[in-house]
Amino acid sequence: MAIRRLKHTRTHAHACMLQTPLDDFQEELVIRPLHSGDIYASFQFRTVWDADFMGDQKVSHYRLFPKSLGQVITKFSVRELHISFTQGYWRTMQWGQPYLPSPPGAELWVWFQDTVTDVDGTWKELTNVLSGIFCASLNFIDSTNTVQPSASFKPLGIGNVTDHSFLRYATLPREIVCTENLTPWKKLLPCGSKAGLSVLLKSEKLFHSTFHSQAVHVRPVCQDPQCRTTSMELRQTLNVVFDLHTSGQGKREWSLFKMFSRTLTEACPLASSSKVYVDVTDNPQFELSPATPLLTQAVVLGDRRTYSVYDLTQQASFGSSRSLNMLLRWKAADGEMLRPLLHSERYVAGYGLQAGEIHTLIYNHHPYRAFPVLLLSAVPWYLRLYIHTLTVSSKGKDNRPSYIHYQPSKDRERPHLLEMLLQLPPNSVTEVTVEFERALLKWTEYTPDPNHGFYVGSSVISALVPSVVAMDTNSTLDRPLFSSFFPCKEEASYFMRVYTEPLLVNLPTPDFSMPYNVICLTCTVVAVGYGSLYNLLTRTFQVDEPSPGLAKRIANVIRRFRGVPLL
Amino acid sequence: MGLLSDPNRRRALIGMLTRLNAPICMICYMAGVAWFMGLAFEPFTLRTYMSENAMGSTMVEERFPAGERALATGREFAAHKKKTGGMPVDWLVRTMQARGLEVYTQRFSRKLPFPDEDKERYMVKGTNVYGILRAPRAPRTEALVLSAPCSPGNENNQAVGILLGLAQYFRSQIYWAKDIIFLVNEHDLIGMQAWLEGYHHTNTTGMDWSPLQGRGGSIQAALSLELSSDVVTSLDLVLEGLNGQLPNLDLANLFYAFCQKIGVLCTTQGKLPRNDWDTTSGYSHAVQTMMLMVLKQASSRPWGDHGLFLRYHIEAASIKGVNSFRPYKTDATTVGRLLEGMYRKLNNLLERLHQSYFFYLMPSLTRFVSIGYYMPAFGLLALILLLRALDLWVQLSSPPTRTTEDGVEVVPASPGVLSILTPLVISHLTGVALYTLPVLSQELAVEHFPVSETEAVVLTAIAIYTAGLALPHNTHRLLAGEGTEQGWKVLKLVAVLYLAVLLGCTALINFSLGFILALTLVPLAAFITPHVPKTLSAVVMVILSPGLTLLFAVFFFQELQETPVTLQEGWMLYLSVISQGILDHALYGSLLYPLAALLVYPCWLLFWNILFWK
Repeated sequence: MAIRRLKHTRTHAHACMLQTPLDDFQEELVIRPLHSGDIYASFQFRTVWDADFMGDQKVSHYRLFPKSLGQVITKFSVRELHISFTQGYWRTMQWGQPYLPSPPGAELWVWFQDTVTDVDGTWKELTNVLSGIFCASLNFIDSTNTVQPSASFKPLGIGNVTDHSFLRYATLPREIVCTENLTPWKKLLPCGSKAGLSVLLKSEKLFHSTFHSQAVHVRPVCQDPQCRTTSMELRQTLNVVFDLHTSGQGKREWSLFKMFSRTLTEACPLASSSKVYVDVTDNPQFELSPATPLLTQAVVLGDRRTYSVYDLTQQASFGSSRSLNMLLRWKAADGEMLRPLLHSERYVAGYGLQAGEIHTLIYNHHPYRAFPVLLLSAVPWYLRLYIHTLTVSSKGKDNRPSYIHYQPSKDRERPHLLEMLLQLPPNSVTEVTVEFERALLKWTEYTPDPNHGFYVGSSVISALVPSVVAMDTNSTLDRPLFSSFFPCKEEASYFMRVYTEPLLVNLPTPDFSMPYNVICLTCTVVAVGYGSLYNLLTRTFQVDEPSPGLAKRIANVIRRFRGVPLL
Repeated sequence: MGLLSDPNRRRALIGMLTRLNAPICMICYMAGVAWFMGLAFEPFTLRTYMSENAMGSTMVEERFPAGERALATGREFAAHKKKTGGMPVDWLVRTMQARGLEVYTQRFSRKLPFPDEDKERYMVKGTNVYGILRAPRAPRTEALVLSAPCSPGNENNQAVGILLGLAQYFRSQIYWAKDIIFLVNEHDLIGMQAWLEGYHHTNTTGMDWSPLQGRGGSIQAALSLELSSDVVTSLDLVLEGLNGQLPNLDLANLFYAFCQKIGVLCTTQGKLPRNDWDTTSGYSHAVQTMMLMVLKQASSRPWGDHGLFLRYHIEAASIKGVNSFRPYKTDATTVGRLLEGMYRKLNNLLERLHQSYFFYLMPSLTRFVSIGYYMPAFGLLALILLLRALDLWVQLSSPPTRTTEDGVEVVPASPGVLSILTPLVISHLTGVALYTLPVLSQELAVEHFPVSETEAVVLTAIAIYTAGLALPHNTHRLLAGEGTEQGWKVLKLVAVLYLAVLLGCTALINFSLGFILALTLVPLAAFITPHVPKTLSAVVMVILSPGLTLLFAVFFFQELQETPVTLQEGWMLYLSVISQGILDHALYGSLLYPLAALLVYPCWLLFWNILFWK
């Protein structure tokens, strides 16, 4: 059906587009004041296109969907693509859960279609192309940091492919995210940074924050409730947290202008919906101006939240000044934050440059419910994990994982992959420890700054967390975008992902400043010292008479004939 | 090498070495000492320079404004400390939280092997409080530490005040790339040890501590601040850490650079750098500074709270505020600006400090002697041992054949393994006794003698040490036959080589300790035979023994610090130094006590055995 429509479109492109827009663009900004006094702003831009990228028909006419990305998806037969660039670490204990979690650095995971024969080759090419599109060092993704998780990363869109040989996952914990990554990301938006919510995305303010994360998610979704045909969904998200002390001058008072040094004047003309949500669940603590009569409720991350909504497509939202600059002002200093049910930390224990131990602590703060989590850690090969030292314990007792998937590393080829299904007892800390040995690299394998240390990417903890309120499983409802990303299959629990800190590990490092001295010294020692000393030690020396002269030899021959003693 | 492969010339060379052995040894010894004394002479030393590019050329501005407020916080801290009679944990937690830090506490407890009479503690219980300033947009992989001890009495309140003032100021800055941990540790080094072990989740000394809740990744550098007055005249930099470890020289350079920039007087070992190197007093000033560093390093103990960081490969130093009678004073704002500048530069580091030297001596804060320059001094002393060993080896391999009346040549029987092994084993057993018994037998000693536990431990150690002198007589009772002429030579060969290896290894790890030991033990090892005058030699040997070396070092150190002590005070100080040495080993893992008891003392006993060889 979609294909026929597309052919149709191609012949009467202009006319047809006006009649039946096959693509749809929505934009949305959620502002959540945090208990610490910081403020969290989350942008989402969603483009849905009823085009079939999976079929053999080439899609060539692009309207709202970015062409550069569409071509990549077609060329490399990508089913799902998730890429995120993050600068900073999400502080779960201070800020609660983010709407969309991401690890520090760059993360990329892709499900390929089952028609792809050479997955590794395609992956390699794809990362290089994406590297160009996003101006990032994704080309450093190779077999040494790519893994195929068996359970942690299921497809988020529709599709029944579960063979994880079509999945590739990689992180670059060292990737630094800055303006050069933001610009290409903004270019993918239909309005660019000209109109709508994206005018707020000015780099001088975005990068004056404590946390910055931008992501692109492409996945197939159902076109209609019966799910007979699929559409391609592109979600671009950007999360940013502004700090009370550095950006807010210590005052618990925030406005759009203070955060972004811009105000909103219009919606993106191409957007079918353009809304700003402000989380007012803790309303007694702060006042919001201008007030809006529009309130909506949504169940997000196991909690029922109330939001004030500003609809930018309505002229009334902008008021008489023709610009929207909402102001939040705290009345009371602070209240108790709902403690996040799941959080984790990770660190390297021990000292010296030979061995060490990776500790991962997973906290379950639920007072009476146990729940399972999937722990995934991909560790580079130069930390040689001693997997027999793996211990999992909670509350002082051994806690046997019910599922372990371990793929040992191969030097210079692939990393360790460890996936475990753990049951977290209520109100407990589960500690996973594993010892490792630090490898001595070849001298060309060291980075230009070897004394900085080597990074180990974040572990991923995926969990179905028991929910306090019934989750909304009905996906047909017109919900805010931020509450509908992870598919929700049951009412009693919700899906959550937590990333641990990356690790910085020092490896034994030679002194690179003196290879010349070392070479000279070694050569001298080997050539002169060792040679002659060996000679002295292995041989015995005796005094040898010098060979007699010619006259003497002749005299001796004569003497032998005569039978007298030789000279 | 051609010289050695020719048997004739080899024989000649060896002949010369054995004939001129004693003069060569004398020359080597004097050359070694002279070389060492020359290290403090300014034309022979290098000027310090910043090697780390990331800290060298980048400019930072210091803008810390709130010195007075910091001092007020310090006074508030003092008041709360007085009220709680110890660490004001709740107040610190609240104050740090109000400054926007993530605050955590750590409880620890430790029972000392015997009461520490210097610091009056036995059962130690305490709490460390630390706040983490999370760097914006950084993934918690790197951290810097600023620590100030919570000392009993009225000390270091200003240090805590400045720490909190800096925390507040640092918090509002956007440029941090590494987390900064502000730590207030109780019970000085014990608290620091507990915190570091907790942070790295290791337990080397059997201390009880509660696990840490918050971390900031791998620590790149640390500074410890000690300040007990509102204004200071100078700042003193302390570098010597546990087991003679030193931080990278760039940390000292950084401190010096900022002192110069801000205009604060700075010292090391409490001595100002001087320019008059060509005068006798200038030279002797440099020698004193260097000798203080050598003695401190040789003591193997941490000379500030920073000393324990070095084990974890964290570059650390202590900065102590000194308030003397000089007229020119520096206020707290300036000290804060100095620290701000240092932290901003450390924040700029891309790699750990590694560009500059780790092994050095400092005759002043502006001059240093690197390992390449000071090692020959030790090498010259060690050469004596090798020459003596060669001499003995030659004597043993060509035994003087005696001709009996019948004209039959009799080769003296080579000594049995037993006669060599017995003194070796017995002296080491004495060493083991010296290492274990003092702490183990303290209760027994307290029961029978009217002494405290600490005195019991120290006096037991001295008693065992002295009892070891009676060994030669007892050793011979164990031996079946008479010791032969060959016997003592083999024993001495073994002892000399043993000493050479021991001193060599020690000097590689801790040059100062190795050099001081070599200075006293090498002449003794060189001249001792059974044929020297017994009484005189015995007196000389006892004077040069490790125990008395320590006593002299104590007097010498006091002399250098310009706080001379009387004999009586010196003796008391000596006793307390021994007890501190044993405590340092038990609490922080200092290696001096086991090294002295298990290896150096038995080695000295071997020579004692040779002297009384029958």
